[in-house]
Amino acid sequence: MSDTILEVNGLQTSFYTHLGEVQAVRGLSFKMKKGDILGIVGESGSGKSVSALSLMKLIDFPGRIKAGSIVFDKKDITNYSNTKMSDMRGNDMAMIFQDPMTSLNPVFSIKSQMVEVIRRHRKVNRRDALKVAVEMLHLVGIPEPEKRIHAYPHQFSGGMRQRVMIATALSCNPKLLIADEPTTALDVTIQAQIIDIMKHVSKELHTSIILITHDLGVIAELCSRIIVMYGGMAMEKGNIDDIFYRPSHPYTRGLLQSLPRMDSHAKDRLIPIKGSPPDLMKPPSGCPFSPRCPHAMNICREEAAPTFKVGEGHTSVCWLLHKDAPAVEGYAKGEVADAE
Amino acid sequence: MQNDQVLLQVENLKKYFRMDNSFSNKHRQDLTAVDDVSFVIKRGETFGLVGESGCGKSTIGRTIVRLYEPTGGRIIFDGDDITTMSQKDLHPYRKRIQMIFQDPYASLNTRMTVAEIIGEGMLTHKLSNNSERLERVHYLLNTVGLKKEHANRYPHEFSGGQRQRIGIARSLAVEPELIICDEPISALDVSIQAQVVNMLEDLQDKMGLTYLFIAHDLSMVKHISDRIGVMYLGKLMEVCDSNELYENPLNPYTKALLSSIPVPDPRANRTSKRIVLQGDVKSPINPPPSCRFNPRCPMCQQICREQTPELLEVRPNHFVACHFVK
Repeated sequence: MSDTILEVNGLQTSFYTHLGEVQAVRGLSFKMKKGDILGIVGESGSGKSVSALSLMKLIDFPGRIKAGSIVFDKKDITNYSNTKMSDMRGNDMAMIFQDPMTSLNPVFSIKSQMVEVIRRHRKVNRRDALKVAVEMLHLVGIPEPEKRIHAYPHQFSGGMRQRVMIATALSCNPKLLIADEPTTALDVTIQAQIIDIMKHVSKELHTSIILITHDLGVIAELCSRIIVMYGGMAMEKGNIDDIFYRPSHPYTRGLLQSLPRMDSHAKDRLIPIKGSPPDLMKPPSGCPFSPRCPHAMNICREEAAPTFKVGEGHTSVCWLLHKDAPAVEGYAKGEVADAE
Repeated sequence: MQNDQVLLQVENLKKYFRMDNSFSNKHRQDLTAVDDVSFVIKRGETFGLVGESGCGKSTIGRTIVRLYEPTGGRIIFDGDDITTMSQKDLHPYRKRIQMIFQDPYASLNTRMTVAEIIGEGMLTHKLSNNSERLERVHYLLNTVGLKKEHANRYPHEFSGGQRQRIGIARSLAVEPELIICDEPISALDVSIQAQVVNMLEDLQDKMGLTYLFIAHDLSMVKHISDRIGVMYLGKLMEVCDSNELYENPLNPYTKALLSSIPVPDPRANRTSKRIVLQGDVKSPINPPPSCRFNPRCPMCQQICREQTPELLEVRPNHFVACHFVK
């Protein structure tokens, strides 16, 4: 498949602490098409950020990628050395982080930080690099970029800093942009601006984007493909309509039901998911969601479920979809799918 | 449950923070965190305050409990003016107004056990003797969905959602009438938020509590509140019924705020048109008389830059501050 930009197989990342092994990601596999916007949703501790860092191979001691392979743009980067990765980071794949306040260096001007990135990856002189930087700032909607580029991060507001981050990340025209909670620290009206910019970028530059967030609203606005993560595992994968209108995993359903709806008139009660997320130091055996699942069966606590195919490009990891499982309303039976 | 008795009345409340950036008084500047804000909260209702960061919503909450001294205006609680009351006179009112804070990691003393944390208020207000107190702590833990074995543990042994429950139990311990909830759920995971919100609603039904619910998450505020006040840079822009606010927002800022909330419904997103505001929130330091929203407002005219619009009742129980909504 030539249009696949990223293929991840059985990724496992653990952190080895004094107290034991924290299994942050426990076997994540997915394929991503060029130009797609892939959303990874999950709560804190679900392994979504560690997955992203693993893709960039930014996992540092005491963490380690334990198993799995990462194939990016037809190159298997699983065993790439740090030097080789440095050439790729920022050039082929770039990342923006949650907190725009701390991810820019406060003692360098925006200009020197952006020019540094461009000159690291491209053979251009300072003047041309500056030109590119100004262009990028213009693209993300910073007014008067020629003047503002000389400013320091503290002179920018949170939304402006996040734009600078996006501009810097895009300045070498990467094939893949990983955005880890890019709007979480921002106000809603600013968030709307950033969402617009990301849409624009994906359309204009055809950059593939992985968007990591806990906000299903942001996912609904931006993404075409979604992976729902819980307890370090992918619970459900599907297109945007599959996940929002035909969720086939109890966790996805629970998540959607626990949100208040703006258009509901009556004071409906929210339907929460009982309990709290698992401790990844000693994850529950079987399905990580089984202690909180309303439909949990004996097998759920004993053995992790296989991946069931629910529809075209829609898979779910849940025993309820097994042909011998008791019928629960809304959960159609699926076939065991080959590992993706 | 709900009657029209006013529990809390806030009149022209002002809170300015002095910015000392120079030794001389000439350069003194004021940050107008809350500027001339008035609203009432009726007994048994939930009043929501929403706005972006820096709009002064938390400052209002803290000023009402006199954690900050108000710069001007009046705070009238159950008929009594508590604006300038001495700390000694204020003591009985502290029992009647309680607060739940945003960060469940910072708002519990790490060196106290859960029983000590919850019981401290009862001790201060001399509400019970030692044995009664422990019994009540157990009862309260049960009320907020924790177990009585938890009483002897320390805060670090709990998750964020559980800590927030401890904070709620602490505020309930002195049987308050008004609870100021300052972003009580924004630090919690999505699946836990609904648990806490449902619990707050149950407690209100059971104990007849009144809430001032401060948050930036408009969909959650809409869910829990009877009436909502929308703030922008220290000013109230619109106050009305929560359903009315959603269905018929009149202030341009409220409209933009509502439309910029990403809805977890892809089909609705495809059809609806979003208003994306340009620019950022401007500085609240020494603002000139003007509508605070004018640099970002799509409807802005000359008058918006020169005069501050007043909060007027344009429809029954629907207050709006805008020159063009009359």
